[in-house]
Amino acid sequence: MCGIVGLFLKDRALEPQLGAMLTDMLITMTDRGPDSAGIAIYSGEAKGRAKLTIQSDAPSRDFENLTSELQQEIQGDIKITINSTHAVLDIQESQVSAARMALRVLRPDVRIMSFGTSLEIYKEVGLPKNVAARFSVKQMAGSHGIGHTRMATESAVTTMGAHPFNTGDDQCLVHNGSLSNHNSLRRKLRREGIHIETENDTEVGAAYLTWKMREGASLGEALESSLKDLDGFFTFVVGTKDGFGVVRDPIACKPAVMAETDQYVAFGSEYRALVNLPGIEDARVWEPEPATVYFWSHGGSSNSEEAA
Amino acid sequence: MNKHNPNGIPHTTPRQSATFTQDVNSDIRRAAATGIYDIRGGGAKRKVPSFDDLLFMGASISRYPLEGYREKCDTNVTIGGLNAENPIELDIPITIAGMSFGALSGPAKEALGRGASAAGTSTTTGDGGMTPEERGHSNKLVYQYLPSRYGMNPDDLRKADAIEIVVGQGAKPGGGGMLLGQKISDRVAEMRNLPKGIDQRSACRHPDWTGPDDLEIKILELREITGWKVPIYVKVAGARPYYDTTLAVKAGADAVVLDGMQGGTAATQDVFIEHVGQPTLAIVRPAVKALQDLGMHRKVSLILSGGIRSGADVAKAMALGADAVAIGTAALIALGDNDPKYEAEYNALGTTAGAYDDWHEGRDPAGITTQDPELMKRFDPIEGGRRLKNYLKVMTLEAQTIARACGKNHLHNLEPEDLVALTMEAAAMAQVPLCGTDWYPGKPGTGY
Amino acid sequence: MQTLDLTQIGLREVNKTLHEQAATTNQTAWTIENARGSHAIACGLDAPIEVTVKGSTGYYCGGMNKQATINIHGSAGPGTGENIMSGKIVIEGDASQYLGATGHGGLIVVKGNASSRCGISMKGVNIVVQGSIGHMSAFMGQSGNLVVLGDAGDALGDSCYEARFFVRGKVKSLGADCEKKEMRPEHIEFLKDILAEAEIDADPSEFTRYGSARKLYNFDVDNAGAY
Repeated sequence: MCGIVGLFLKDRALEPQLGAMLTDMLITMTDRGPDSAGIAIYSGEAKGRAKLTIQSDAPSRDFENLTSELQQEIQGDIKITINSTHAVLDIQESQVSAARMALRVLRPDVRIMSFGTSLEIYKEVGLPKNVAARFSVKQMAGSHGIGHTRMATESAVTTMGAHPFNTGDDQCLVHNGSLSNHNSLRRKLRREGIHIETENDTEVGAAYLTWKMREGASLGEALESSLKDLDGFFTFVVGTKDGFGVVRDPIACKPAVMAETDQYVAFGSEYRALVNLPGIEDARVWEPEPATVYFWSHGGSSNSEEAA
Repeated sequence: MNKHNPNGIPHTTPRQSATFTQDVNSDIRRAAATGIYDIRGGGAKRKVPSFDDLLFMGASISRYPLEGYREKCDTNVTIGGLNAENPIELDIPITIAGMSFGALSGPAKEALGRGASAAGTSTTTGDGGMTPEERGHSNKLVYQYLPSRYGMNPDDLRKADAIEIVVGQGAKPGGGGMLLGQKISDRVAEMRNLPKGIDQRSACRHPDWTGPDDLEIKILELREITGWKVPIYVKVAGARPYYDTTLAVKAGADAVVLDGMQGGTAATQDVFIEHVGQPTLAIVRPAVKALQDLGMHRKVSLILSGGIRSGADVAKAMALGADAVAIGTAALIALGDNDPKYEAEYNALGTTAGAYDDWHEGRDPAGITTQDPELMKRFDPIEGGRRLKNYLKVMTLEAQTIARACGKNHLHNLEPEDLVALTMEAAAMAQVPLCGTDWYPGKPGTGY
Repeated sequence: MQTLDLTQIGLREVNKTLHEQAATTNQTAWTIENARGSHAIACGLDAPIEVTVKGSTGYYCGGMNKQATINIHGSAGPGTGENIMSGKIVIEGDASQYLGATGHGGLIVVKGNASSRCGISMKGVNIVVQGSIGHMSAFMGQSGNLVVLGDAGDALGDSCYEARFFVRGKVKSLGADCEKKEMRPEHIEFLKDILAEAEIDADPSEFTRYGSARKLYNFDVDNAGAY
């Protein structure tokens, strides 16, 4: 059980403040999720480049000399930006698979938190305000981001059990609720070759979407079929390269509040999370309908919805 | 030779099936005849690993017992001291569990109040609200906050000494309550705001919150309404005790009430009672571990219920880490439920003393689980209160006897290491060694 | 007019002050500033006072309300007016789910829309919604009236007992054992009165009444599928 926040900026002038705004929203949701927190930020897209966010329990040991060692295995420029237990490896886009393989060999204990052209994921155990401070989220800029505060239900409180979960290129998922058939799904997805690290039900939700898209579905189609294949209570917020999506299960007991102005579209598990956003008093505030997939993205239509 | 074996061939003994027993066959016939599942009251009747499979070691050359009279063994407990201005102080660690007015008659609730107050402990309202009899006769009354919210109101909430948010109960983890038409008397109908004489369906989830993150906000609201004065308990069936206890604490509970499958209900599907939930023996240790992992053991109180019958059960529950226990079925039996003196009437109902569980039909010969005015007259609440007080006193004395033999000057000093187990299951569930060994299945470092 | 600023004095102090108002208080008008989505604002009130809440509220504003009138100048979060016993709650904006859950009496008015499970398990409260309501509204509603000028979502009145529902717009679907009912003169009169009390203008004859078909009142094996 948890708190979810999301912010999609229509007004580019607000991009430098994305991290600060998300941090504030995240900390407001501490009561809903005191165990761990995570944030996904979309920023700094550069043509031909890609980013891998990696995590280590022993950062000084693992991140030292990593770039020079990796340079032996992959082509092109490598830049590393270390941020506490995480680091962002900025590499040539064509080298992503090579980099992943190389990391497995060079640094077997390092976990890959995300990959994509603009996505970075940071997550750790601890109170949201401490997690945000650890990664200096307040200083981050970007076009959109989602955040999550966790109250673990049936699995352990660990770094990898925290959300967001990476589901594909520039894609990630956060969840509020409790899936009831996650064990069977986990077994099936592992048999399909999808890597699932934890016993966390949300990771199964993320793996399910990854699998569906690997089999040819669009993210929207994957979310639609999740309404049938996933059992339990869930509000999902997914981050994509261009924006974010929201879906609630048909029973729709877990809360979800959205707010929209000319400057942004925001999501919060409680209205409280949105109160400090600029112009909130005049925002259009509403709740997403159950069993309906919503999307907002940059460029093209500002939002589209497909009723289930 | 005789008519049974005309050829002189010996016949085999007729053998009943262990799978298709007489009980099972009668269930199948009943289902075929009615088209509806069987509903009954009580808790799981089948044999499951229980406290009977645990023993105390007692005194020896290395452990010295306390003298019976001069050397005291205290029994008091404070429930819910974490956040509340007025925690519940109990003289004995045995409380009366929630049972509804509606399932029980008014005089029965009165008797529970009288007996509990005389013994220095609390009673709990049930799925029907607070009655004047119970509030009048109970010195300490815990008010249940259930999914149905029958009779819920802020005046009663403020009259309560504690609030118990019911998420579930051992007999039916995930089920609502059911009170069939015959028991909705005028008074019950009025209290529950239902038409008289109909089947009452109860919700299985709370109407205005789902999940521990929302529960936290609900607890805040209840505290605000009652001025932060009284403890908030969260009652849950023993479904996933480690996680449930953890989440109850994170949501802000002052006490966790855990109910095993032997815990009774007024009425629900038999299949629910017998096949969902866990034995009381199995749910304590995970709950205690959850509290210890959070550093909350003995700070957030743990109350265990579900088939507690004697001082031995009380002592065992406390030795395993509970702060107190609650009794429901046992209290009713003390009042006179299922007494053999009504055997003829039980037979007329198609049952026998001890087996009678169709309380929802409202025809209880003992006058306890009924609203029928004629039957109710048979039950004297003052005598009932006296009997309950006696029973509670005996359970306390029994627990003290055991504790003294283990060298304890307070019941809460009993520990798991005072216990041994008779069977593998009990050893594994209670994490207590088998008699004569220092091992139990799952003991860390032993490779099992 | 007494003003209480939530951000200055905190929730406990706000509620404590309001709880201290007795039946005979002469301080009957209160304003709460800076609601900012906080939970449990003005819950458990029991006095004939009028409280205006500035801003949108979180969960359970006005929970278990008795006698008081609460005006929310903003939107209201989940469980607003839950278990209301008497008095009135008026929401200028929208209301989130579980509005008036298990309410026993009084009146709740929403100028905007209400969400899912509006009036769930209602036990006597009257709810008037100028906009539309969401799915599973009035689930297991026992008594009271739910009046909706807009539309109703799926499964209206599922498993209801004697609660009454009046909807002017479309009903997406009716719940188990809920059926359309005849509108009679006494219903028109009732609607006239309740709409006047809610200060909402509408023509009673444009509403359709719904309520329990009463087939689930006593178990019959042929209805087992409805459970």
